[in-house]
Amino acid sequence: MNEFEPKIIGFLCNWCSYAGADLAGVSRFQYPANIRIIRIPCSGRVNHLFIMRALYDGADGVLISGCHPGDCHYQTGNYYARRRLEIFKNLLYFTGIPQNRLKLAWVSASEGAQFSKLVTEITDDVKELGENEEFRAVRKDIEEFCNEQ
Amino acid sequence: METINNKAVGKVLVVGGGVAGVQASLDLAYGGFKVYLLESKDAIGGVMSQLDKTFPTNDCAMCILSPKLVEVGSNPNIELLTRSKIVKVEGASPHFKVTVLREPRYVDISACKGCGDCANACPVNIVNDYEESLTYRKAIFRRYEQAVPSAFGITKYGMSPCRTACPIHVNAQGYIALISKGEYENALSLIREVNPFPGITGRICTRPCEEACSRAKVEESIAIDLLKRYVSDKEKITGNKWNIEKPSYNGKDIAIIGSGPAGLLAAYDLSRKGYGVTVFERMPEIGGMLRYGIPPYRLPREVLNEDLNILNELGVTFKVNNSIDNTLFNDLKDKFNAVFIAVGACKSRKMNIPGEDLPNVIGATDFLKNALTGEIKEFTGSAAVVGGGNAAIDAARTLLRLGAGKVEIIYRRTRAEMPANNEEIEEAIQEGIIFNYLRTPVEISKKRESLILKIQEMKLGEPDSSGRRRPVPVEDSFEDKEFDMVVMAVSQEPEIEPFKELSVEKGLLKVDPLTLETNIKGVFAGGDAVTGPATYIEALAAGRKGAVSIDRYLRGEDLRTNREKEGPYKEELDVETKGVEKKDRAKPVLLIKEKLKGDFSEVNKGLKEEDVLEEAKRCLNCGGCSECMECVRACEPKAINHDMKASEEILDVGSIILAPGFDEVNVSKYTQYGCGIFKNVVTSIQFERILSASGPYGGVIKRPGDLKHPRKIAFIQCVGSRDKINEHCSSVCCMYATKEAVIAKEHSHDVEPTIFYIDIRSFGKDFDRYIDRAKNEYGIRYIKSRVAGVTEMKDGSLKLRYETDDGILNNEIFDIVVLSVGLNPPDNIKELSNILDVELNKSGFIETLPFNIISSTKNGIVAAGASTGPRDIPESVTGGSAAAQIASSIIASERGKEIVKKVLPPEIDVTGEKPRVGVFVCHCGLNIGSVVDVKSVAEYVKNLPYVIYSETNLYTCSSDTQEKIKEKVKEYNLNRVVVASCTPRTHEPLFQDTIREAGLNRFLFEMANIRDQDSWVHQNDKEGATEKAKDLVKAAVARVVDRTPLAIQLLPITKRGLVIGGGIAGMNAALSLAEEGFETYLIEKDSELGGNAKFIHYMLDGSSVDSYLSELKNKVLNNSLINVRLNANIDSIEGYVGNYKTTLSTGEAIEHGVVIVSTGAIESEIKSFMYGKSERIITQREFEEKLYRNEFTEPMNVVMVQCVESRNKEHPYCSRICCQEAIKNAIKIKENSPQSEVYILYRDIRTYGLNELYYKKARELGIIFINYDEDCLPEVTLDGENVFVSVRDALLRRDLILNPDLLVLSAGITAEPGNENLSKFLKVPLNEDKFFLEAHVKLRPVEFATDGVFLAGLAHSPLTIEESIVQARAAAGKASIILSKEGIEAGGKVAEVNERNCVGCGVCESVCAYGAIKLEEKKIFGELKKVSSVNPSLCKGCGACAGGCRSNAIDISGFSNEEIVDAIDAILEPI
Repeated sequence: MNEFEPKIIGFLCNWCSYAGADLAGVSRFQYPANIRIIRIPCSGRVNHLFIMRALYDGADGVLISGCHPGDCHYQTGNYYARRRLEIFKNLLYFTGIPQNRLKLAWVSASEGAQFSKLVTEITDDVKELGENEEFRAVRKDIEEFCNEQ
Repeated sequence: METINNKAVGKVLVVGGGVAGVQASLDLAYGGFKVYLLESKDAIGGVMSQLDKTFPTNDCAMCILSPKLVEVGSNPNIELLTRSKIVKVEGASPHFKVTVLREPRYVDISACKGCGDCANACPVNIVNDYEESLTYRKAIFRRYEQAVPSAFGITKYGMSPCRTACPIHVNAQGYIALISKGEYENALSLIREVNPFPGITGRICTRPCEEACSRAKVEESIAIDLLKRYVSDKEKITGNKWNIEKPSYNGKDIAIIGSGPAGLLAAYDLSRKGYGVTVFERMPEIGGMLRYGIPPYRLPREVLNEDLNILNELGVTFKVNNSIDNTLFNDLKDKFNAVFIAVGACKSRKMNIPGEDLPNVIGATDFLKNALTGEIKEFTGSAAVVGGGNAAIDAARTLLRLGAGKVEIIYRRTRAEMPANNEEIEEAIQEGIIFNYLRTPVEISKKRESLILKIQEMKLGEPDSSGRRRPVPVEDSFEDKEFDMVVMAVSQEPEIEPFKELSVEKGLLKVDPLTLETNIKGVFAGGDAVTGPATYIEALAAGRKGAVSIDRYLRGEDLRTNREKEGPYKEELDVETKGVEKKDRAKPVLLIKEKLKGDFSEVNKGLKEEDVLEEAKRCLNCGGCSECMECVRACEPKAINHDMKASEEILDVGSIILAPGFDEVNVSKYTQYGCGIFKNVVTSIQFERILSASGPYGGVIKRPGDLKHPRKIAFIQCVGSRDKINEHCSSVCCMYATKEAVIAKEHSHDVEPTIFYIDIRSFGKDFDRYIDRAKNEYGIRYIKSRVAGVTEMKDGSLKLRYETDDGILNNEIFDIVVLSVGLNPPDNIKELSNILDVELNKSGFIETLPFNIISSTKNGIVAAGASTGPRDIPESVTGGSAAAQIASSIIASERGKEIVKKVLPPEIDVTGEKPRVGVFVCHCGLNIGSVVDVKSVAEYVKNLPYVIYSETNLYTCSSDTQEKIKEKVKEYNLNRVVVASCTPRTHEPLFQDTIREAGLNRFLFEMANIRDQDSWVHQNDKEGATEKAKDLVKAAVARVVDRTPLAIQLLPITKRGLVIGGGIAGMNAALSLAEEGFETYLIEKDSELGGNAKFIHYMLDGSSVDSYLSELKNKVLNNSLINVRLNANIDSIEGYVGNYKTTLSTGEAIEHGVVIVSTGAIESEIKSFMYGKSERIITQREFEEKLYRNEFTEPMNVVMVQCVESRNKEHPYCSRICCQEAIKNAIKIKENSPQSEVYILYRDIRTYGLNELYYKKARELGIIFINYDEDCLPEVTLDGENVFVSVRDALLRRDLILNPDLLVLSAGITAEPGNENLSKFLKVPLNEDKFFLEAHVKLRPVEFATDGVFLAGLAHSPLTIEESIVQARAAAGKASIILSKEGIEAGGKVAEVNERNCVGCGVCESVCAYGAIKLEEKKIFGELKKVSSVNPSLCKGCGACAGGCRSNAIDISGFSNEEIVDAIDAILEPI
């Protein structure tokens, strides 16, 4: 049987983490090809909707990465991201979805190696969690509900 | 000489691409001027690019710098000139003519895609200077990964010594480099480019290359011959064959007489040029001495034949058994177009001693010829060989193989002088040949069947012309020896009888040494026949020289030009061998046999396979690039050109900004600390690289000596600062050392940093807080002590000797020592100052004008950054902006005249159209194409909704593809474009420009990053990478489909400035704005301009503040563009950038576009130290006033106390200027009356930068400095008129009681109380100490996050007068950029409110860092409610609002919720 290959969505801020991911490339630091990166201006841009949507669509993991605290290109965006995600994680806990499916990490523009390591770790973690069955079940409920309506 | 007109030019030259130069360039380009940014290195970024973090915010240096570098790289009005320097400057302000020397990069910047394939292929490792020698890089390199320009460049130091020493310049370094990579075939090809006989050369060459080899300085030269031989032999094993193209016959014929090495190489060269070549040889086979002089055990005949076979393949005709006589020679002369005589010197010379003609006395050449042709088959007797060259050894060893019982070599000098190869001698000894040194035969006689050799003893005398000591006969020391044969191997000479018509000198043919022409036209001669016996390689060189001459002769070209570098020469390369680890030279396999008779098999079997790579790796790569051409082979876009030459360019500019930065102090002078000697002693900048995530250890703290993790780290401060060599203080070291200690601690908690310092100079904004945190939160240990010395322990750890607080000499062991090296003027500053005619100051930095530390002494040339004295990053950035302001004010009339203005077609209206997407998928050479199946990606996207067209491109960013994209937009009526290639961070603007040129809105574009974030990181997962690429492109298509054209509006600007505060900073800001041509209102709450400067009368350097101030006031009051409002306060400020309306307390309303806050600060009020209780206790400011009024006529006893009510819990910062002020006034009084006694009680003396020189002067004048501790403050008591100050001297550890005539208290600086109000009006923040807080401490020091509001002077933080002026000019420069625009750009990727959904909760307003959102009452569908309103000119599009909106009412164009959700859907929908 083929090994489970998770799909992971990464929201990366343009200024630090996306640049760090680029540096991983320039430096040829290898990592598993499971992640799909979506560039956003700032980690503060992340709306809960994005994470919900990704999980609803069947993403097995979601990464949000921005500048280290104090380094935000927009002064304070990453602080908002941090606060909002802390709350969102509680919501995940409440719904019974493993919190490990969501990861917030700070990656700077000079941390190419760290980015590669981070993605490798997340991919491994998510592999361990297995397929995103939890949300699939939720999705099924919702769809059934909609159909009934 | 052409005269230079004096008309201003709207262009500026910025020298130096560090952060100061970068800032100046950006400001000028945005302000409407063309900029040339000149950088000596390959990339801009300066030292800041090397830093890990910055103090006091611990920002990642690269994160904040890199976007600026990208901005520079993509700005059409900044032209980057890398590897360049100024060589000449003519003209004067405002029109300079600057000659710039541009060194070749060897890579075409516009063609290079920055993929790095070249560096992967490059076999040459050289020390990486960017990584501060901690690691190696390739000869073709990019300075750092994020470098701008991103193109690679090649380091060439010059031609390597091995190559220049070789008479035919075989690129030894090149083929050794290739061998070190295992590229044997390419190595062989490289050899054959100049030498077609590698098998022969690898065996018999005398190797002048090895004599020149730099590796010999370490232990022994590289075994160049054996490496060459290895690749040649390898070819025979692999069966590869050299395929050489046979050129077509050019109709001309050449005769070559003699088929020795000279003749053969001439034949080779000429036949490759298309000549018909016929070689005449009198022996039955070709090869000359190679065949008839060198025995097969040294040069196996199959090797010889195989190497020479190439000549047959080239179609050379050989006429063997063809002796040339005079008739034949003359015949050849007539029949052939040219003749080359290369007959060699094969006649043995005689010694002219009695008995030389006896039978069995034979010349070496004849003997060898006879033995090698089989004429002599056996010889079993004893033989003497006279001579010490290779021919003697060859003869002797051949004799053994013929069966000789005993062979003795008789040589007149010692072994050291023997010309034969050392290996040959060694092997001969091992084979049993007897060597009899310091002997010479004087007579040979016959005795029965034998020969009697009479031998005289010799001794070494004075050196002769060859440098070897001349043998001198020892009188009466004769000896007779009996032999059966005597071989005379003394020397040889040519047979010149056939060439009667040619000039002859000393038995040799006479030719022009440069061209080898003889006295007969068309006849050339070379090799041993001309020079006398020489080496094989010299004969090859002669053959080549002859071929060049003959070719030029037959083409009718000049024979003499550009021939200086033919033949060996010495290139003076500075090859550093210090620290190179010793590694033995590889030894060949020798087959020394006991029984040699009849065995001519090869003795030296060459190197073992396993030794080859290691031997090649011993090469020191003396020349840098080895020119092995691996990079050229690897480079897909063909961007590399090794033949690029340096060129000169003349630039016309209106002014020049100097920002060449600094060079770190050369620590090798500080031997007491062991830098460069002990491996675990590093410089601070090395440690910076060690800490860096992208540094040599990936951010893991290791020490270079053994890569172990150090626990105890010692920082030694003031290395190369505040000493006899460099008297200045380097200003930044205390802070960067603290930062490095803190970051080290953050990296791994177990490290224990200790900082050894003299004074802690944390004088900047929020610096003291940083030090406090380092001490209290991170536990960094600070020891006030100069380290006496460092010694290395056995395990590489380091023992520091220093005096402790208790005065005890202590020894402490650390794992690593970091030297906080100082900042020196750049190494080339003298040269630069001479060319530009600017003066340097005493410390060697660029001299500046009083009150203007930005302007050099030459009109029109400004200077910024650390080249004018030690500066930290914000000071450099501020200086850069201020310099740009001064430079632009000189040429303000030319604003906008030299910049690129593209004429664009009108935008096509696509509203209402169905999306029609074109997708362009890039191969990027092999960078993407070798991993991602780009064809299948392009096929796949064709089936996606709305995709009309897709294609793949080799390089999507190339200019021809840009044209193609435009064509396809037209052809297919595309209204949206997706490019799948590299990163949008660098390439999005390029493609956006392209589609805009095609008539599409810039925002109808999206990129998929399938290189940096796909092919490069999944090199081993082609399938996964291809799937990922499909997903990424699909997501990009989904996003672009959702996109609507975004408009950028230009809102009108009120082109008028408002400056709040009429002190030095405010007045300078107003004047600067006026210089730029903008009307300005200057608001002062007082009744008089001048601010705090009214209380200061003179500067540390003696300049008069009074006269400066009155001049400044006059300028301001008389400037028609400046409206001064005195006795005025601000009642309200409304509006936003470009459109402000301010109401003054006087009722006046002013409309303006920008605001500069320069409200100053106040002197702190003193409550302690009995201030106010006695007339003898006064503040420093009061003291200055009294000094100024000459109130002190008698010598006095003065005590000054520093840090009064400062740097404590209530006032936790340093006021920066008090130390200088105290020293200024102390020097003044001491100079006025030398009998006065002055005591300065201090905590740390903070005379940073060049002010340190005045601290030194103060000490020299006898001013006494007493150090006290924070927790042991001086105490003041009054006894009637008497003031007593008791203080504990923290250094001498004793209590003192002073009884001064005057106690002077240095009060600190406190923020202006009005700041809080103003900060509310302007919605800009204050820091904890109530000073204004700038947008970014490092890179935006005079701006606020809110556009259009700027900051200067004491409102920012405590500063000196000069520093305030720099800030004022920088702020005014920034403000001018806005005022000079046509309009305020608003729109694009900014926030938009859906007012129907908005509930007016105000979350967005509260999270917006830019004050761009406000709640406004509006009528929405007839209902009056509060809704958010976005000011698009202030919005930065960060999306913090959209991330937090609960009612989905606010969104970001270009990053909309819909777009991102659709991208997510696209990715996760199963393919």
